[in-house]
Amino acid sequence: MPKTIEEINLKIKNGEAVVFTAEEIIGVVKEKGLKKATEEVDVVTTGTFGPMCSSGAYLNIGHSQPRIKLGGGRVYLNDVPAYTGLAAVDIFIGATATPDDDPRNKVYPGEFNYGGGHVIEELVAGKDIRLEATAYGTDCYPRKKLETWINLKDLNEAVLFNMRNAYQNYNVATNLSNKTIYTYMGILKHNLGNVTYCSAGQLSPLLNDPYYKTIGIGTKVFFGGGVGYVAWQGTQFNPTVPRTENGVPKGGAGTLALIGDLKQMSSRWLVGTSMLGYGPTLTVGVGVPIPILSEEVLKYTTVTDEEIIGTIYDYSDAYPNRRAEPIGEVTYAQLRSGKITLQGKKVPTASLSSYPRALEIANTLKEWLKTGKFELTEPVAPLPSVESGLTFKPLKERPIEH
Amino acid sequence: MVSKKIVLHFPKRLVDRPIVYHLIKDFSLEFNILKASVTPEQEGLMVLELKGKQEDYDKGIHYLTGNGVIIESLSQNVIRNEGRCTHCGACVTVCPVGAFELDTVSRQTKFHNSKCIACGLCIKACPPRAMELHF
Repeated sequence: MPKTIEEINLKIKNGEAVVFTAEEIIGVVKEKGLKKATEEVDVVTTGTFGPMCSSGAYLNIGHSQPRIKLGGGRVYLNDVPAYTGLAAVDIFIGATATPDDDPRNKVYPGEFNYGGGHVIEELVAGKDIRLEATAYGTDCYPRKKLETWINLKDLNEAVLFNMRNAYQNYNVATNLSNKTIYTYMGILKHNLGNVTYCSAGQLSPLLNDPYYKTIGIGTKVFFGGGVGYVAWQGTQFNPTVPRTENGVPKGGAGTLALIGDLKQMSSRWLVGTSMLGYGPTLTVGVGVPIPILSEEVLKYTTVTDEEIIGTIYDYSDAYPNRRAEPIGEVTYAQLRSGKITLQGKKVPTASLSSYPRALEIANTLKEWLKTGKFELTEPVAPLPSVESGLTFKPLKERPIEH
Repeated sequence: MVSKKIVLHFPKRLVDRPIVYHLIKDFSLEFNILKASVTPEQEGLMVLELKGKQEDYDKGIHYLTGNGVIIESLSQNVIRNEGRCTHCGACVTVCPVGAFELDTVSRQTKFHNSKCIACGLCIKACPPRAMELHF
């Protein structure tokens, strides 16, 4: 008999929910069989902890006396510029924002030791942040300059709002050129010197619900150590990519836009990150519970790293020049073994997303569900799946005539 | 020829003696001082890149230890800030000597300090900046 989210929530409230992580469920289903396991298991928890650039937070800092209109002015948080094109005291700090005086890649490869992601980490950690602002002054908002310390606890709202997190699979990167390159996929050594990848694989939220049968808008999730919600499909949402027989996308497909109260999050799960030669970003912890509503839903959660295929691209040429020329396919089990064979060469592999920390997220969420600290929500609208026909379009440049 | 980076710890009683001078004069060693912190009446610390014939190098080291200088290889001074390390594993393929290893069971990234040659490549390559060079 299919379960409902309401029934599962009743069990969660009574402390009776049967919960496994996406890693554990593989063995459980192998042992009990799909039918019996579907009857017994209520929720499977997932997790991922990797650098996610489309992350940021909006803050309402409160009104100064006299008032200042930051909107249309300039705001810096610890020297990192924040976006101000909003109402008087609402600002948005993005993960990849870089201080104006950072040498960037003028000193190549740039170190990017401090940026928006680091501001968010320090804010969440409860540290004072230096705000410096200039504005043009109006009759109702006369002030033109503001320099003050701000602290998370004093802000009216501090909301983490990430436009694209938890990518459902991702490119695997290597370098075919004869020099080392510095990318968002890490340092790639020359002549197939190494291969990097960035997915929690069998623990990754959307790889455990490949057709978005349970994860939808309104789904409550583990977000940065606190609680958040799926706000929308993430940007670059691309459900129509090639998939394996099991429905697993062979490259970046679905993504999630997530929202949550920064005030209850933790700097253990929002870590300011620096990609050498690329820029600053934020490593974000996300965990999504999957309610086991049917055998089909459970079957998808038993996906293993052996069944998840990543597509390898050359980041020295094909990727930067946007040519869809994969140079191979590899399973995450092969990637996690530490070495793969590519073009007849044994190539060492490295991960950019942390599997141990993804597992910790899945286990934390499991604990929350088992102790009644976290209840499931019913999605209010589905994410567009394969039948939507939605694709991720490249930019068609149209020359501007002068 | 050998060239090694070493850390010298001078006990108080040696700080006012021209120890390093003898490395050039008596053992024909070339050296480059990477860092020095020598204050009278306190323990001294010096990081040297020492270069010369293997035979002379060994004699020089013998001279230093014989005089009470404590020598560490520089590798002992690259440390991992365990609080910042997320065990992502980005360092594994960056290290030229394989000092980082992915434990295939726990999936944690191990740091074998004894293999480290303190080249510093991991320091800027580490995304959360968990690797630190301490002299």
